[in-house]
Amino acid sequence: MSTTPIYGLMAEFDGPTELVHAAKAAYDAGYRKMDTYTPYPVEEAAEAIGVHHNRVALITLIGAMLGMIGGYMLQFWVSAVDYPVNVGGKPFHSWPAFIPVTFECAVLGASIASVLGMLIMNGLPQPYHPVFNLPRFAGASRDKFFLCIEAQDPKFRLSETRKFLEGFHPDDISEVPN
Amino acid sequence: MQGPDQLPPKGIRPPIIGPGQTFGTLTDRITGIVLTKHTPIFWFAIVGFALMLFGMLNTAVGYLLMKGTGIWGINIPVGWGFAIVNFVWWIGIGHAGTLISAILLLFKQSWRTSINRFAEAMTIFAVMQAGLFPLIHTGRPWLAVYWLFPYPNSMGVWPQFRSPLIWDVFAVSTYFTVSFLFWGIGLIPDFATLRDSAKSLMVRRIYGLFAMGWRGSARHWHRYETTYMLLAGLATPLVLSVHSVVSLDFAVSVVPGWHTTFFPPYFVAGAIYSGFAMVLLLAIPFRYLYGMQDFITLRHLQNAAKVMLATGMIVAYAYALEMFLGWYSHDKYELAMVHNRLHGPYAPYYFMLILCNIIIPQSLWLNKVRSTPWMLFLVAVVVNAGMWLERFVIVVMSLQRDFLPSSWGMYWFTKWDVMILVGTMGFFTLLFFLFIRFMPAISITEMRTLLPQAKVKE
Repeated sequence: MSTTPIYGLMAEFDGPTELVHAAKAAYDAGYRKMDTYTPYPVEEAAEAIGVHHNRVALITLIGAMLGMIGGYMLQFWVSAVDYPVNVGGKPFHSWPAFIPVTFECAVLGASIASVLGMLIMNGLPQPYHPVFNLPRFAGASRDKFFLCIEAQDPKFRLSETRKFLEGFHPDDISEVPN
Repeated sequence: MQGPDQLPPKGIRPPIIGPGQTFGTLTDRITGIVLTKHTPIFWFAIVGFALMLFGMLNTAVGYLLMKGTGIWGINIPVGWGFAIVNFVWWIGIGHAGTLISAILLLFKQSWRTSINRFAEAMTIFAVMQAGLFPLIHTGRPWLAVYWLFPYPNSMGVWPQFRSPLIWDVFAVSTYFTVSFLFWGIGLIPDFATLRDSAKSLMVRRIYGLFAMGWRGSARHWHRYETTYMLLAGLATPLVLSVHSVVSLDFAVSVVPGWHTTFFPPYFVAGAIYSGFAMVLLLAIPFRYLYGMQDFITLRHLQNAAKVMLATGMIVAYAYALEMFLGWYSHDKYELAMVHNRLHGPYAPYYFMLILCNIIIPQSLWLNKVRSTPWMLFLVAVVVNAGMWLERFVIVVMSLQRDFLPSSWGMYWFTKWDVMILVGTMGFFTLLFFLFIRFMPAISITEMRTLLPQAKVKE
């Protein structure tokens, strides 16, 4: 594990444009272990730090398939195998009647998988994170935009990185204690 | 509190967000309702009154559980009565919430942003009221578990999956779960805002718990946005399926007046109609009491009125089609059904329904009505009453006179029926005002994206 005393360097910006500009430049300069923190989703910021794909859609699809298959198999097994009841001479495996519940189960499986998958991949709930050690970070859920270059990045040198960030004229640069 | 609504000059539509807002002012205004130390007096008055009605609901349901459903007016031939009327009415009301939060999101209708949060809350609370009715209608809800849900019980008995009533159980419970998840993940970043804005440690900790450590990381937002869009995409067919399945409870039977194929679209249109009426019923007092005219502008009210007008016309078409199909079927029972609507003992209900759902809402063609909150409020009350009457007409009038005149009968509801209906309105109001007081009633995160400064400039 890292023995660095700090988590990273946090630069605070006033608007999304400045943040995205700095994030792009940092990525071009070779920094990789970094993140931006914004009060609302800024798509360009994610692009700038090289986040292009995620696996939420795949997990949602898997959830939908499991729900669909599970829902259908449940109805098939109940109605045709374990508890066959003759209703108006219909076949026990009367599949058109099973479609509504299959559909609902697919939607249910997909939704639960999507939400749980998103939370788990995001590592939430997370009781502690170093960025909250910074009092100014409260602005990240209000009206400020942050770029944090983490100390774990191989290119990270405290003084050089600070100088690099200063080039973008942020409102503030702070060391984030670990 | 803001001044009265100013109509912009002719030809210009009112903005979807008042002028001069910044990220900071917007955050303060919305969190202010929750974090204030001075809860307004009207809040206590409304919640107090709602608690009284909630108490009445508990009394009536308690008595029902002791005595059985005989205290209601239901009997043979009308075995469904108020319980199913109210169930369909409440679940229909919920539909507008999902329409606003999911379908309008997919169509990139940015005006939905300031009303989606409380419309979603409305959905969840309305579905809760709706779910209550089939449960207590079973008379013994503690036994209903094995009637409704497939679980391996010791009797080896399973539900009947060919019945729309079981489809309904799945549709409504899925609908509730998905609506709750959608609402819940929308709230996470806003809880983080409340956590960071709160002054007291206790409040910070409580909202911090619900925020789950949200910090607005770009990687988190990226996955979050994907999930949000996917849930919207999933909720869209879901909401259409729920009221379609509810309508199949009727349409799959052979009862005259119910046995038609156009019930699903007819029910979905009616659901959205009543749901938007309920959105207006909640939004107009909310924006007035909390001075939110900058966030819920005349534009929102006008748009909601237009949706009501459009769905109201579909509903009017459906009423005409009901009559037409009765005549076109050339089936004497269907013809008798049409005759019964116009001349039977419940004809006044039918003509009231036409007045409330078709005639009075035509006033929405006038820009003056669409732009005057109190007039819209009155129309919304009338439409909600009309939609309740519609379900009454469908449920009661078809059952009371079906095939054999010897088995015809009348349905008289009792005071317990009325107490439970009014009680659920109280319960709904109670939940809604608790929500307004303790959760951000407008999505702060999404409102920020509406500001011009939220865009990244090249």
